[in-house]
Amino acid sequence: MKRSLSLLTFSALGAAGVATPALAADLNVTVEVPRLTVAEYHKPYVSIWIENPADATAAGTLAVWYDADSKEDKGVKWLKDMRQWWRKAGRTMSFPADGVSGATRAPGPQKLVFSGAKGPLKDLKPGQYNLVVEAAREVGGQEAVRVPFTWGKPGAPATAKGATELGAVTVAVK
Amino acid sequence: MTFKKRLLAVAAGVALLALPLAANAHRGWILPSATVLSGESAWVGVDAAVSNELFYADHNAMRLDAITVTTPDGSVEKVQNPFTGKYRSVFDVPLSKPGTYKIGSFSNTVMASWTENGEVKRFRGSPEDFAKQVPAGAADLKTIKSSNRNETFVTRDAPTTTVFAPTGKGLELVPVTHPNDVVSGEAATFKFLLDGKPAADLEVTFAPGNSRYRATPGDFKVKTGADGSFKVTFPEAGMYWMNAVVRTGETGRRPEGGPPGGPGGPGGGMGGMPGMGGPGGGQQGPATPLAGNGMSASYTATLEAQRP
Repeated sequence: MKRSLSLLTFSALGAAGVATPALAADLNVTVEVPRLTVAEYHKPYVSIWIENPADATAAGTLAVWYDADSKEDKGVKWLKDMRQWWRKAGRTMSFPADGVSGATRAPGPQKLVFSGAKGPLKDLKPGQYNLVVEAAREVGGQEAVRVPFTWGKPGAPATAKGATELGAVTVAVK
Repeated sequence: MTFKKRLLAVAAGVALLALPLAANAHRGWILPSATVLSGESAWVGVDAAVSNELFYADHNAMRLDAITVTTPDGSVEKVQNPFTGKYRSVFDVPLSKPGTYKIGSFSNTVMASWTENGEVKRFRGSPEDFAKQVPAGAADLKTIKSSNRNETFVTRDAPTTTVFAPTGKGLELVPVTHPNDVVSGEAATFKFLLDGKPAADLEVTFAPGNSRYRATPGDFKVKTGADGSFKVTFPEAGMYWMNAVVRTGETGRRPEGGPPGGPGGPGGGMGGMPGMGGPGGGQQGPATPLAGNGMSASYTATLEAQRP
């Protein structure tokens, strides 16, 4: 029922022809979780969020990967280690967060599609933004990678690479 | 440290944490294990001590009697798992509520001298006891009022400001920038109130931790403006000791207690406690009157500048 409703909304907007292009677009993101040869490896906690480049404020959180199943602390005890995201967005959210919370991911490229019809992208005004991927790893380090993108029209993919805790992060508006 | 001063330090005992701490005097500090936390299972462990180097417990433990925890809803709790060792005290604070906690102490002390039946009388105690024990309209009444605040702040989840509601007593910190939202390299703004009014032209000292690993301590000073506010940019991430003192009139410091007047003297830490174990104080011999009226208010906090 829900799905058909949103489809209807879409076609209605499409027919009108004046819908903000943002609504039609998706954000395709690939995050490479690096394979690390360390004695004690834990999959990183990762937050993926949108940043306003002008004032470095957060314009919404797309995903947070953490160990929500942890019996001890439900994983939330370590969310603050993704310090930039925690300060700008995380600390005012409650967890688990619908459509945002997810399990930690294994090393390798992680392909993600964030629908422009949902979450923070739904109301995101067209313009310049950074996609920020921030990783924090138990007994490891912390790193944030920023990739600029233009919301509102399809564009060529942009890539930035982390040095320690993250590999390549690629963002494309499609 | 001379033997006599050692005795003084011991005698100061309970009151040690409440002393006005001058620039080079022993510094009282309350150091939380973390200042920014997440999730309902969060606790902080806290060290409290008095020492020269920051934050190395190598001199005296801070007494925990006066330390309380103010929770985000304003209620006051006792510390948990308290322990006082030789060099430091330790306790825990469970952060059972989301928001900002204040951990610290406040003391208000009045010293007085007056003449009664031709004899000099002395008093030292709380303002409440002063009102009860010192006769109204006492002859030759002189008072030295001192207040001392020493605290730190920790936040679970989003920061709140309930614990910063001014009481109008002594020197108080008013956040413009929340103390748990301070990041190195970014300007932070704070404001000081003295007895509820803007503390203008107040010198505020910042001393970074880890001084043991530097040839120079790295202290720096800023001054408040007319509205009591000031801006500070912490050069590096880490824990900082912040201190400000207002002093007018008589300090009550005895000449033999160290270089008079200057807050930098080795006796500075004993300021506001004249006659403690010395001649004329307490029970030994006839009491000497205070030289005049005075006041002092001191504020100390341990703040963390976060890594960007």
